[in-house]
Amino acid sequence: MHWPLMSLLTLAWRNLWRNYRRTLIMLLAIALGVWAMIVMSALMRGMTDQMVRNGLATLPGEAQIHHRDFRLDPSVVNHMPMPAGNLLAQLNSAPITAWAARLRVPAVLASEYASRGVTVLGIDPAQEAALGSLPETLLEGRMLGSPDDRGILLGASLARRLDTGLGKRIVLMSQDTENNVADRGVRVVGIYQARLQGDEERFAYVGRGALQELLGLEQEVTEIAVSAADYRAVDAWLPALRASAGPGLEVLGWTELHTFLGTMLAVQEGFVLVFMVVVFLVLSFGLINTLVMAVFERTRELGLMQALGMRPALILSQVLLESLLLLALGLLAGNGLALATLLPLRDGVDISAVAEGMEMMEMSATLYPLLAGRDMLLSTAVVLILGLLASLLPAWRASRLDPVRALARH
Amino acid sequence: MNITWRLAWRNLWRHRRRTWLTVGAMVFCNTLLIFLISVQLGSYQMMIDNSLGAFSGHLQLQHRGFDEDQRIRQSVPAVSERALQVEALLAGEAVAARGIAYALASSEERSFGIQVTGVQPAREPGVSTLPGLLREGRYLSGADGEIVVGALLARNLRVGPGDEITMLGSGRDGSFAAAIATVVGIIESGIPELDRALAQVSLPWFQTVFNMGDHGHSVVVRLRNLDRVPAAVVALQPLLAGAPELVVLDWDQLQPGLRQAIRSDMASAWVMYGVLILLVAFSVLNTQLMSVLERTREFGVMLALGVSPGRLARLVGLETALLAALGLALGVAAGGLLGLYLQQAGFTFPGMEEMNARFNLPERIYPPVTLASLLWGPLTVFLGALLAAVYPALRLFGLQPVSAMRAS
Repeated sequence: MHWPLMSLLTLAWRNLWRNYRRTLIMLLAIALGVWAMIVMSALMRGMTDQMVRNGLATLPGEAQIHHRDFRLDPSVVNHMPMPAGNLLAQLNSAPITAWAARLRVPAVLASEYASRGVTVLGIDPAQEAALGSLPETLLEGRMLGSPDDRGILLGASLARRLDTGLGKRIVLMSQDTENNVADRGVRVVGIYQARLQGDEERFAYVGRGALQELLGLEQEVTEIAVSAADYRAVDAWLPALRASAGPGLEVLGWTELHTFLGTMLAVQEGFVLVFMVVVFLVLSFGLINTLVMAVFERTRELGLMQALGMRPALILSQVLLESLLLLALGLLAGNGLALATLLPLRDGVDISAVAEGMEMMEMSATLYPLLAGRDMLLSTAVVLILGLLASLLPAWRASRLDPVRALARH
Repeated sequence: MNITWRLAWRNLWRHRRRTWLTVGAMVFCNTLLIFLISVQLGSYQMMIDNSLGAFSGHLQLQHRGFDEDQRIRQSVPAVSERALQVEALLAGEAVAARGIAYALASSEERSFGIQVTGVQPAREPGVSTLPGLLREGRYLSGADGEIVVGALLARNLRVGPGDEITMLGSGRDGSFAAAIATVVGIIESGIPELDRALAQVSLPWFQTVFNMGDHGHSVVVRLRNLDRVPAAVVALQPLLAGAPELVVLDWDQLQPGLRQAIRSDMASAWVMYGVLILLVAFSVLNTQLMSVLERTREFGVMLALGVSPGRLARLVGLETALLAALGLALGVAAGGLLGLYLQQAGFTFPGMEEMNARFNLPERIYPPVTLASLLWGPLTVFLGALLAAVYPALRLFGLQPVSAMRAS
C-alpha cells in the first residue's frame, strides 16, 4: 500500500490539532524563539554595522596607503609622493568612489593660555568632502575653503580647553622634514562638533598646501585614504591597488588598520549563530517533549495502523511531518512577529540613556536595527534542520512499536 | 511525609521521560545562565578595577571645572598638604597628589605633544597600577630631571632609558616653561591610549618647571573596594567647607562611559536571558497543562469525594515546585561545577583579546563564582516555572465533578 503524500499531510495536520492547547503553547514557544533570533541578530547587526561605519568615517576610508614605515613611526619624515601614474589611474577607476591625499602629523597647538598635543590633518577639502570624512557639524565660522587655506578648524572641546575661539590666533608647532620644530601662527576659522568628544580633542584640520609649506614639503603627503562605498567588499579591489602602489608603500584594508572593528565584525557574525543555536537548544527540550507525548497518547492507534499493514517508514515520516508542520507554523509566526517589531523601528531606537557607554564602542545615540535576509534564512535553517534532527528520536521510537504490545495498552 | 507531598512526588514520575525532559530544559538553561552571568559579572568587576586602577582612581579632589577643561590654572593649592589631609580623613586608603600639564616633547629625532603628569613617586604606586608595569629601566626616584614614558611614546620619540627629552610648554602663570629630562623607565600597560600618551615626572620638579608653586591638579584616592566610595565622598566634605573652588569627583564622574557601558551591556544581556527563561517557562507550562488535562477524570473523582479545588490546585503547584526545585538543584550543581572549572582554567574565545583590550581587560578572564552569579539566573528560572503553573492550576477551579468524570 502506498499512501500519497497528501493523505499523510492531512493526517499529520489533524493529529497536530488533536491537542490544540499543547500545540498552541509549543507554537508560541517556537514563534518566540524565532522572533528573538531575528530581532536580536538585527539589533546586533545594526550595532556592529554602525560601529564599523562610524569607525571608518574617522579612520577614514576602507583602505589607506602610507609610506612603509609610517605606521610604526608616524612622523612627517616618512612621507610619500602624491599618487601618480599607475596608482593614480587605479585610484580613479571603479569600484573606488573617492580618495583623499592628506598630511597626518602630530603637532602641538598653543594659545596664549594653554597648549595641547593633537593630530593635525592637512587636507584638500574637496577630496575629503567626497570621502565623507569632514566633521559633520560646523558650530561656528566656516569649513576650510581650499588646500591653500591658511586657517585652522578646531573641535569645540579642544577650543574650550585651549581657551580660544573663532577668529583668534593660535600657534601650530610640528616637526618638519629636517627634524626641526616648525611653528606658525594660524587663525581659527571654524569650530566643529564631532560625533565623539574624543575626536574633537584629537583632530584639527588645516589646508594641505599650507601645511606642506610649513613643514618644508613640495607635493608630498603621508596618507591616502580610499573608499569604495561597501566596507564588506574591500578584498575585491585591494590587491589591484596594492600592486599598483609598488613596494615602497604599504596598502592596508580597514580590518588591519583598525583591528578592533575587524574583530568586532567577525565576533558578531559568530555570535549570531551561537545565539540562534542556544535559543533552539532551549526550545528543543519542549519540542521533543511535545512529540514524545503525542506519540505516547497514540500508542494504541499506531499499533493498530501497523497491525493493518502501515510500514514503519510511513509512521516515521508521519511524525516527522507533524513536527515539520509545527516548526513551519512557528517559523511563519516568528518571522511575522519579528517583521512587525522591526519595521516600526526602522528609523532608529533611541539609546541616548547610555550614550557615553556607547561612545566607548564607537556608537551613537540612535541604534538602527539592520534586518538581513541572511539572518532570517539562518534562523529558518537552524530551526528546521535542528528541529527535524531532534524529532528523529521520538519518530523513530513511534515506528519501532511492537503492534501486539501497543494494542494491548489499556 | 505529608500525603500531599507524597502524592505530588509520585505524580511527577508518572511520565518519567516528560519530567526528565522538562528538568533537562531547566538544567540546561540554568547552567548556561550561571556561565554567562559569572563571565559577565566577572568582567564588569575587572573592567572597573582595571580602568580605575590604571590612572583615575576611585575619587579625585580637583579644582571645579578641571575635569572638563583641563586648564593649568584650574589648580589645587598646597596639593601635597591636601593629600595628607585626605589621607587623615580616610584612614588606611591610598592617596597621592598629581599635577598635569601639556608640553611639546622633543627627542633628538622626533617631536610630539604630550601630557606630563607630576606624581609623588613614593605614593603613586598605591593609587595606580602603572608604576608596576615597567618594561625597561626603573620608576622615578624622586630626583629632578627624571621621566618615565609609555612604550608607544618611547617608540614614537625613538628614545630608550638614558636618552634625553626636551619639554617645551607654558607654566601656570603663562610663562615659558622648558626643561630637559632623562628617560629612566618605560611603562607598557597594553592599553594603546595610555602607552601613547604617558609621561610622568616627580611632582616637586613638575612644580618648578611649570611654575606651579605648591599647586597641583588633583588628589587621587584609591579605595580598597568600590563599595566604600559613597562613604568616602561624605568623609571628605569637611575639606571642601573652606574651599568652594574644590570638588570631590567619584569614579562615575571621572569615567562617565564606564557605568553606562556596563548598564547597556547588562540591558542587552538581560533581554537575551529573558528570552531563554521565557522559553523554559513555556516548556513547564506545556508539561503541567498536559499533566492536568490527562488527569481530568481522576480530579473529577477526587472532587466528587470531597477534596476542595483549592487543595487540588495546591497539589499541582507543589508538583511544579518539586519539578522546578529539581531543575534548580541540578542546574546549580552543574553550573557551579562549570563555574569552578572556569575560575581555574579561564575563559576566552577567538577575537576576545582585541575586544577586551578596549575595555582594559586581559585576553583570558577567570570569572569568580559568587553567590550572585550562582543563584541569580536559576532563581529567576525557578520563579518563571512557578508562574507557569498558575494557568493549569486555575483550570481546576472551573472543573465540574460529573462532567470531569465522564471525560475520556
